[in-house]
Amino acid sequence: MNSCWDTIQAYAFRSLGYGERLLPRDGYTLCEHFTLIGSGLIWNIYYGTLALLFGFCLAISLAMAKDAHSPWVRKPAEWFIFVFRGSPLFIQFFLAYFFFLSLKQWQPFFSPLTSAALGALIVLFLNTAAYAGEIFYGALRSVPRGDIEAADAYGMTGFTRFRRVLFPTMLRLGWPAYTNEAIFLFQATTLVFFSGFPARQQMGDALYYANYFADKTFNPFIPYPIVGLYFILLTLTLIGIFGLINARLNRHLPQAYRSRVRYRPAIIR
Amino acid sequence: MFTYCTDPDTLEGLAWLACYLTTGKHMLFYVSFGTVLVLLAITAPVALAFGFLGAIAARSRFAPLSVLGRIYIAMVRGVPDIVYFMFFVIALDQGLEWIRHKVKCPDWDQPIRQGNDFIVCSAAKLPLSSSAQFWHELYNFSLAVFTFGIVFGAFAGNVLQGAMRAVPRAQLETAEAYGMTPRQSFWRILVPQMWTYALPGLSNLWMILIKATPLLFLLGVEDIVYWARELGGTANPRFTAYPHGDWRMWYFLALLVFYLAFTKVSEVVLARITKRLSHGQATLGGVKQARAA
Repeated sequence: MNSCWDTIQAYAFRSLGYGERLLPRDGYTLCEHFTLIGSGLIWNIYYGTLALLFGFCLAISLAMAKDAHSPWVRKPAEWFIFVFRGSPLFIQFFLAYFFFLSLKQWQPFFSPLTSAALGALIVLFLNTAAYAGEIFYGALRSVPRGDIEAADAYGMTGFTRFRRVLFPTMLRLGWPAYTNEAIFLFQATTLVFFSGFPARQQMGDALYYANYFADKTFNPFIPYPIVGLYFILLTLTLIGIFGLINARLNRHLPQAYRSRVRYRPAIIR
Repeated sequence: MFTYCTDPDTLEGLAWLACYLTTGKHMLFYVSFGTVLVLLAITAPVALAFGFLGAIAARSRFAPLSVLGRIYIAMVRGVPDIVYFMFFVIALDQGLEWIRHKVKCPDWDQPIRQGNDFIVCSAAKLPLSSSAQFWHELYNFSLAVFTFGIVFGAFAGNVLQGAMRAVPRAQLETAEAYGMTPRQSFWRILVPQMWTYALPGLSNLWMILIKATPLLFLLGVEDIVYWARELGGTANPRFTAYPHGDWRMWYFLALLVFYLAFTKVSEVVLARITKRLSHGQATLGGVKQARAA
């Protein structure tokens, strides 16, 4: 028990570069598995949270742009969504990494972009913005006509109408699907260190360390289920948080009309 | 390929490009696009079959089978699919070698797991270390296909289970009233009707499957990602007749365009199938079609 505490002290922040530099070389106790893989999970949470926050703002803009009348606004949004939704994230990571590499050769100023911490975050941000943009576009299209007419009757126009009527309804209608998108985003963060972006000084994410253990011990039956366990916990947390927001978005509705957050993986992405 | 390609140093512009794009290695690159298509062509039916079996098992009245089916279907929830890809490839490999070990070397007395090693007798190795390179590649590919089948089967199971639930209850009650046995009403009423409800989910799944194919690279198959990295890397004039800088960006751009075209074509085709299938159905789409006609 005591030695496990030592392991946690040594490796809890290994993925960020703090603590013991050398990864365990032999023995590989269960405690080391849990600590290192959990340490890697910090990266998954970092990517997921930041991409989700920034992506949300861009997604709303994309949804509005795709709904616009002017083709100068609509077409770019449509193309953006098409490119990011129609191609594999894995390829996007590779393409972005090599693109950033050539930017770096052209101007050393761009060199931070080639690191996983920033470069991969940008890709994930753009990717989730495209998926969420499509979700909110769909939600915007299904805002009840009566709501908009009521807003018109009150004399609301432009931004006021958007802020007080369109936006809350759109958010409420799109929220269950957006929850799924968030879960998928967190799952997609495991791809970062397996695509073009290199892990500097073995500072990787949860799957990176699980793969390290599986390579060393030839035993996939311990590290991968641990990653699975961590991700199930992460998913449950996400569903909890998004469920609370969903309850707040639905608070004015009678009980029977409230939409529930239901997790249906294959239907959304 | 072309006759004027014999001396690449003298070539310029388009002629150089034409020769460059038809070297032997580039031909392997083009063939690997076929690998992706073959993977899709095999995986899609396998996954559908797995999913169908899973959905049937989950509906079963025999409790252990039902639990098994439900666990299989629920497997993909919450855990990233790439974890399963990494897990199953090693686990399947070790499982197969373990079975062969038990059959072929019954008098082996040492433990299979020695510390950090997984040791089976050499006759049980898969593929045998003496076999040709081709068999190694085929074995890797089959493992990958099977893994894809298992994981996407679970996704398909989700969709099919939902579709089976969506078939109106009255349809099945009518079948019972006509005196059909459960088996008859399942095969004659439920299965033919569920496809309309399953199609939106299955089309989505097909898109996910297309976009999951680059993961083949992680499973050790020489696929398009492998060749794009290989060919795009800086080519040194000492080792090749066609030297160039780091072109990996352009190769991956080509892959991106390939996938965009592929998903676009699938989208159009699937939209047509949906239209055809919702004809005359008591669903929203079917009713709209009937009104328009």
